[in-house]
Amino acid sequence: MKILVAVKRVVDANVKVRVNGDNTGVELANVKMAMNPFCEIAVEEAVRLKEKGVASEVVAVTIGPKAAQEQLRTALALGADRAIHIQTEEHVESLVVAKLLATVVEAEQPGLTILGKQAIDTDNNQTGQMLAALTGMAQGTFASEVKVDNDKVAVTREIDGGLQTIELILPAVITTDLRLNEPRYAKLPDIMKAKKKPLDVKWPTDLGVAVQSKLTLLKVESPAERKGGIKVGSVDELVDKLKNEAKVI
Amino acid sequence: MDPRHPNHFQHTEREAMEFDVIIVGAGPAGLSAAIRLRQLANEAEHELSVCVIEKGSEVGAHILSGAVMDPCALSELISDWKAQGAPLNTPVTRDEFLFLTESKAIKLPAPPQMHNEGNYIISLGNLCRWLAEQAEAVGVEIFAGFAGAQVLYHEDGSVKGVATGDMGIAKDGSPGHNYEPGVELHARVTLFGEGCRGSLSKEVMESFKLREGADPQTYGIGIKELWEVDAAKHKPGKVIHSLGWPLEHSIYGGAFLYHLENNQVAVGFVVGLDYQNPWLSPFEEMQRFKLHPAIRPLFEGGRRVSYGARALSEGGIQSLPKLAFPGGALIGDSAGFLNVPRIKGSHCAIKSGMLAAEAAFEQFRSQSEGAITPDYTEALKASWLWKELHQARNLRPAFARWGLVGGVAYSALDTYLFRGKAPWTFHHHDDHTQLKSAADCPKIDYPKPDGKITFDRLSSVFLSAANHEESQPAHLRLKDESVPVAHNLKLYQAPEQRYCPAGVYEIVATEQDEPRLQINAQNCVHCKTCDIKDPTQNINWVVPEGGGGPNYPNM
Ligand SMILES: Cc1cc2nc3c(=O)[nH]c(=O)nc-3n(C[C@H](O)[C@H](O)[C@H](O)COP(=O)(O)OP(=O)(O)OC[C@H]3O[C@@H](n4cnc5c(N)ncnc54)[C@H](O)[C@@H]3O)c2cc1C
Ligand code: SF4
Repeated sequence: MKILVAVKRVVDANVKVRVNGDNTGVELANVKMAMNPFCEIAVEEAVRLKEKGVASEVVAVTIGPKAAQEQLRTALALGADRAIHIQTEEHVESLVVAKLLATVVEAEQPGLTILGKQAIDTDNNQTGQMLAALTGMAQGTFASEVKVDNDKVAVTREIDGGLQTIELILPAVITTDLRLNEPRYAKLPDIMKAKKKPLDVKWPTDLGVAVQSKLTLLKVESPAERKGGIKVGSVDELVDKLKNEAKVI
Repeated sequence: MDPRHPNHFQHTEREAMEFDVIIVGAGPAGLSAAIRLRQLANEAEHELSVCVIEKGSEVGAHILSGAVMDPCALSELISDWKAQGAPLNTPVTRDEFLFLTESKAIKLPAPPQMHNEGNYIISLGNLCRWLAEQAEAVGVEIFAGFAGAQVLYHEDGSVKGVATGDMGIAKDGSPGHNYEPGVELHARVTLFGEGCRGSLSKEVMESFKLREGADPQTYGIGIKELWEVDAAKHKPGKVIHSLGWPLEHSIYGGAFLYHLENNQVAVGFVVGLDYQNPWLSPFEEMQRFKLHPAIRPLFEGGRRVSYGARALSEGGIQSLPKLAFPGGALIGDSAGFLNVPRIKGSHCAIKSGMLAAEAAFEQFRSQSEGAITPDYTEALKASWLWKELHQARNLRPAFARWGLVGGVAYSALDTYLFRGKAPWTFHHHDDHTQLKSAADCPKIDYPKPDGKITFDRLSSVFLSAANHEESQPAHLRLKDESVPVAHNLKLYQAPEQRYCPAGVYEIVATEQDEPRLQINAQNCVHCKTCDIKDPTQNINWVVPEGGGGPNYPNM
């Protein structure tokens, strides 16, 4: 079985983002970028399935700017066999990503397609679901456990207040939640080897998908600044402040 | 050796990889050495594998500098740097030199070392990112996120390479779930370009007694913030240096303000680590500096976008160790190449990396196997770099002897009258022996942060985007656990709480209400000040897991 894993280049989770000067987005100049953490979990799951002998090949795909090849090389270092880069410098929204991925699914015919449940930059949580709809594949979202059994896969999902286990018929789409696994570190020799693994570059126009936005971004603003706390001298003062200043009691 | 020192689970087999040259640290020194080696190899059609490792999560993530750069060395390395798109975009257009009193700013004529025609205001982090691209283009392998944790030796004592640190170690030092052992990188030459107070460089200096006959190294801590200021106040290319307030005249230090591109201003404050009053807090001096009536208006209405700190070597040539040893050499600020009166080290780092590369390559040509000693001392002495550092050698120690006023007076005398050729050389002392007891020193009252122009440590570290994998053992190792309270707290009121710019050290009360030193290692921005200034050298800074530490943007 072949597994397709989608990965996204996002601002590194350690970076404290700030809104850019003209309020059109967050500042990206000089900012450290990395693979979306949920995508790392997706890669890890695919590689583990390959190590268990369930999968025979892991293909990583990304849609994004030229620099997103760094994230594909990371996926290759972590154990993917080859990579596909659909290159565009434009901002791509979930539906466009899902349509582009659908063309890759069509060409590659993977048994499983694994994605992160969302990307930490836009937090859309839509692409996996849209891809399932576009391709007619079954979907198991927010996966915290994945067990493949011949032509079926059991997916344990993290839902409000508990876990739900569903069984899907392959081919299927899975999106990963935080607890699915703990991704490994890339090994130095593997990073070297990853430089030589195949990486195909394609353009959205080759795939017949128009990169256009259906949404208009109006404005990006920072959250209101939190006021610093104060120390009160007595219980009476506290009660007074809660009543008359904060007006909560 | 401290058995815990290499941040390692000791019982695993490690994979080994062979290269001709390993370079530890992707700063200007390491990257320039790598580029020069591959240039020479390509010219001579000589096979030569060069590998650079960098502890930051990416190249530039741990680079913090001013920076006004003299492009002389870069031009020697890559003569068409302009055409290749090197990020030197803001030529210096104006130099100001201020002497501050509490309420006044007096403009002084800038001393010749401070003239910056032909120099550029840059982000050294961005320059390193660009150098890394140039290096990869000539065939250098660069691995970011891998820290050199241990020096490896051959049986004959020569350096065999380094081992990268393990990943995924638990707090108690045992292998965690996603444990990944480090790898051994073997090479015929290992160049240490770790910058100021390199952790492996420190070990190599001891192993080969490289400091014998040299003065102790003396250091400064530089704290820096990057601001976006009101466009109307922004003057690209403007450079300001100041001396005096808020520092007492016995302390060597001062501030810099550099107007970069895109309305950004770099503001930095450097304090000599030979200061004596344990109440002093370099961080708070820096915050206070911004409140000066001549300085404050620049920041009003602006916003702070980044923060960080880094030590720098101030010893000059008196403090240079022996540079080479069997199997390797020290380059850049790991050796102490920095021109203090000019506060410029990046051009020295590039030049020293190039000289070491040239010395190593010559030996690769003549010696087909075995460890190589890339001794570049003679080439250094014949270079402009030596001349420059020799001229500057007495200025920093003059300040240590006679304080600010005497130091300035001496500097004028040395520079204008002797032109750096005075027939004497002043010497240095160790910084960590300088503290006086807290009881004998005046307490310093610092103003409370206002959250607009001045800030506290925690909100500052937040902007350095520092992070360390939580579950690993602290990378700040105490040789003796009792010293922080029994000695440092008792005598100096725990000075680590004040000299650490990241709030890593905190005296807290135990359940029994006894004082205890808490180490918040996750906040560490890798400035190395604690390793330098701890009075009994009880704190040993070792590398944390690769990729940990600050994530500086264009610092
Ligand atoms: C506040 C301040 C202001 C300055 N202003 C100027 C200026 O205006 N102009 C100027 O020319 N110079 C300036 N300097 C000096 C200049 O920054 C240094 O001289 C220069 O950075 C030294 O280069 P380097 O390559 O030797 O070391 P660094 O730039 O320190 O680089 C060392 C690299 O090695 C990495 N490293 C360290 N240890 C390890 C390890 N064990 N394993 C893996 N990687 C490791 C580090 O993460 C880092 O990336 C300033 C310095 C400071 C601190
Ligand atoms: S712990 Fe040491 S190296 Fe880390 S930030 Fe504090 S003083 Fe600097």
